[in-house]
Amino acid sequence: MGLLDRFRFSSLGRFLEKIFGRRHARIGIYGPPNVGKTTLANRIARDWSGEIIGSVSDIPHETRRARAKSNIRIENGNSSLTIDIVDTPGITTKVDFRDFLNYGMDEEEARRRAKEATEGVIEAIRWLDDVDGVLLVMDSTQDPFTQVNVTILGNLEARNLPVIIAANKIDLEEASPATLKTAFPQHPVVPISALTGHNMDMLYSKMIEHFGKKKRRRSK
Amino acid sequence: MKVKGVTVDLISRSKLEELTSSEKIDFIIGEVKKGKILILETGLTAAEQADLIKKTMSTIDHDTFIGIEMEGYPEEKVGFFHRLFGIRRSRITVIGPANLLKTIRKDDQVIETIIIPGKGV
Repeated sequence: MGLLDRFRFSSLGRFLEKIFGRRHARIGIYGPPNVGKTTLANRIARDWSGEIIGSVSDIPHETRRARAKSNIRIENGNSSLTIDIVDTPGITTKVDFRDFLNYGMDEEEARRRAKEATEGVIEAIRWLDDVDGVLLVMDSTQDPFTQVNVTILGNLEARNLPVIIAANKIDLEEASPATLKTAFPQHPVVPISALTGHNMDMLYSKMIEHFGKKKRRRSK
Repeated sequence: MKVKGVTVDLISRSKLEELTSSEKIDFIIGEVKKGKILILETGLTAAEQADLIKKTMSTIDHDTFIGIEMEGYPEEKVGFFHRLFGIRRSRITVIGPANLLKTIRKDDQVIETIIIPGKGV
């Protein structure tokens, strides 16, 4: 643990955080497979540090291990927040290696990918214990009432972790971010296109406001 | 004579309340791996759902068990004292093998599922 991390978790650090609000937060990017989590992580990292976090693909479960990038400082006017981004594997309740055969993989490769995907789901859920806030990415062209979304939100609410819902893929004609806003009125929903960068300024502003808030009570 | 078909078990609140969280998850995984569909009267807490997903992932063998289909509703706070102390009550949930059960539609009132033809035991 680095010196800054030691300070953050010290009594003095926690006391100052309560008084002045958070200035450094570890943010997990969560969601089901293929909603654009890594595209969003790359967009944030590239906008503020010039680098990317990981490769993207149309094949589900491209991200099978959590990947982090530290000390990304995002700014909006006079406000700023330094974040560590954790890009997590997509959470799902099922993984069938046969699905990957449709993408031209041989069976051995498909089985290996499926096994890694199951391990990635477990790792993603474990990371919930180590983040300060979550960007929950949803595909705004899809039905938002999925069990994965319900389970993730339920766990965030139980931990009292701040969450912003990124209603992604609004560059697509069939996108309906208003449906997500209606479905989850208790959480901030920001319509974005991580691919084109549309509305990212709005997301950064909301991140500074929401994740930089004074620390709230956490329970598990 | 054994009747062929898919078994659907409705699990009562009292049965679920007898079990600890880990017992509940082991019970669900065990029954679903047998090819049964379960309808839980009270469902699972958010933490139990996450644990069930983790357990499912570690149980998948890719040949006979590819995971679960699960649909339920967020926990609800009921009554004054429940709200006061942040106590939530989980709601009805349907869980089955992913190769057998498929969700067609879900809104805040109805969960519509189908049993995939030819997959019954």
